[in-house]
Amino acid sequence: MIRVVLPTHLRTLARIDGEVQLEIEGQVTQRSVLDALEARYPVLCGTIRHHVTKQRRPFMRFFACEQDLSLEPPDAPLPDAVASGAEPFLVIGAIAGG
Amino acid sequence: MSGIRVLVGTRKGAFVLEADGKRQQWAVTGPHFAGWEVYHVKGSPADPNRLYASQTSSWAGQVIQRSNDGGKTWEAPGGGPTTSPQGFPMGESNKFVFDTTPETGKPLTTHQFYDGTQHPWEFKRVWHLEPSLSDPDTVYAGVEDAALFRSSDGGKSWQELAGLRGHGTGPKWQPGAGGMCLHTIILDPSDPGRIFIAISAAGAFRTDDAGKTWRPINRGLKSQYIPDPTAEVGHCVHHVAMHRSRPSVLFMQKHWDVMRSDDAGESWQEVSGNLPTDFGFVIDVHAHEPDTIYVVPIKSDGEHFPPEGKLRVYRSRSGGNEWGALTNGLPQRDCYVNVLRDAMAVDSLDSCGVYFGTTGGQVYASADAGDTWAPIVRDLPAVLSVEVQTLP
Repeated sequence: MIRVVLPTHLRTLARIDGEVQLEIEGQVTQRSVLDALEARYPVLCGTIRHHVTKQRRPFMRFFACEQDLSLEPPDAPLPDAVASGAEPFLVIGAIAGG
Repeated sequence: MSGIRVLVGTRKGAFVLEADGKRQQWAVTGPHFAGWEVYHVKGSPADPNRLYASQTSSWAGQVIQRSNDGGKTWEAPGGGPTTSPQGFPMGESNKFVFDTTPETGKPLTTHQFYDGTQHPWEFKRVWHLEPSLSDPDTVYAGVEDAALFRSSDGGKSWQELAGLRGHGTGPKWQPGAGGMCLHTIILDPSDPGRIFIAISAAGAFRTDDAGKTWRPINRGLKSQYIPDPTAEVGHCVHHVAMHRSRPSVLFMQKHWDVMRSDDAGESWQEVSGNLPTDFGFVIDVHAHEPDTIYVVPIKSDGEHFPPEGKLRVYRSRSGGNEWGALTNGLPQRDCYVNVLRDAMAVDSLDSCGVYFGTTGGQVYASADAGDTWAPIVRDLPAVLSVEVQTLP
């Protein structure tokens, strides 16, 4: 079970409370996580990555396990802790502060 | 009794303001889509309960929202909130993809960037939504980077009318300060094939075949800050308005200059007359008097606020040239707000109501065609757009 945490505005848009939990078959990568996320919540298509090119939107960042994974290749395996569900995959609005 | 519904788009959400025909007591609902920029909200002339909203964010991009109950509830078109067993929206209404097909998209390459170099088209947001005059499920979207899209399934899917970008002058278009946006869409009520649009900074364009082919209609415009002041394209048109009883007469607020065309845009004449400044963004026409028009003069392109700190609507009853200031109820000192291009509208009650919103968050209303004004709300986020529905 993969855990995904979305920024507030995207949770509101998709009417999600809390974390999203996704079942992913095969390797757990940025691409496979986002594919599964968009399949379940089509309204999120285009909000995190481009509809056609699938490139990450400039103001969206991906963090996990205290690492910035934004610039990692989309097909690179995510950390084991994300794949096992121990740690969430965080989608963050850039300049979000905190 | 008739009612009025004012649809307000702001930097941080949408608001719906409603009153009965007296227009004295207003109920305010919102914010809808709180925290998102809502560039425009507009109702269908064919079904006043069908509303469309452009919800946008620099972070998350573009979403189109739709209401079937006058703004009480909203859905991202494509299924609605109840189609999924889990109750989440199934729509994919935010997919605006430029036409790059060999058949119709081939000429669509680049436009001029701020620095004069050529730059590829990139979709950023929807500035304006114009529902069809007859079909609630058909709606046009004017977008940045400038292009025109149409949906015929209630906003679920969008197709570009690529003939506009493809007609040949695209490489000469360039962004204005707010981006290269298609912000004005006017459907001719007397001719289903005729559509007028305007782009900052390219100019006005017209199709007579429902969007297949387009041509610039900018003859008579003079823009001091482009290399050829009378060029075919490149003009920063801020807004265009038309009275539905006289669709060949157009009024334009250009970057500088208020203009008028009596031949559907074939030629333009300046009608700035005695305005204190002819810079501004909004322009609109009285609901029952085709020669009564309204503008809000702004000091300059470098100082986007009213001259002398006095918020004044100017009205001409002669289709331009002779203007009078309307000040009763508007702040006449220390006012430094702006009124953006889509932030003025009129109702069609017997005594025409006029409405406008400011970047300071006020929405002002006049129930007597501009003679007197009062704020409906004072403290909204910066207002991006104002539309009005006159309800039976």
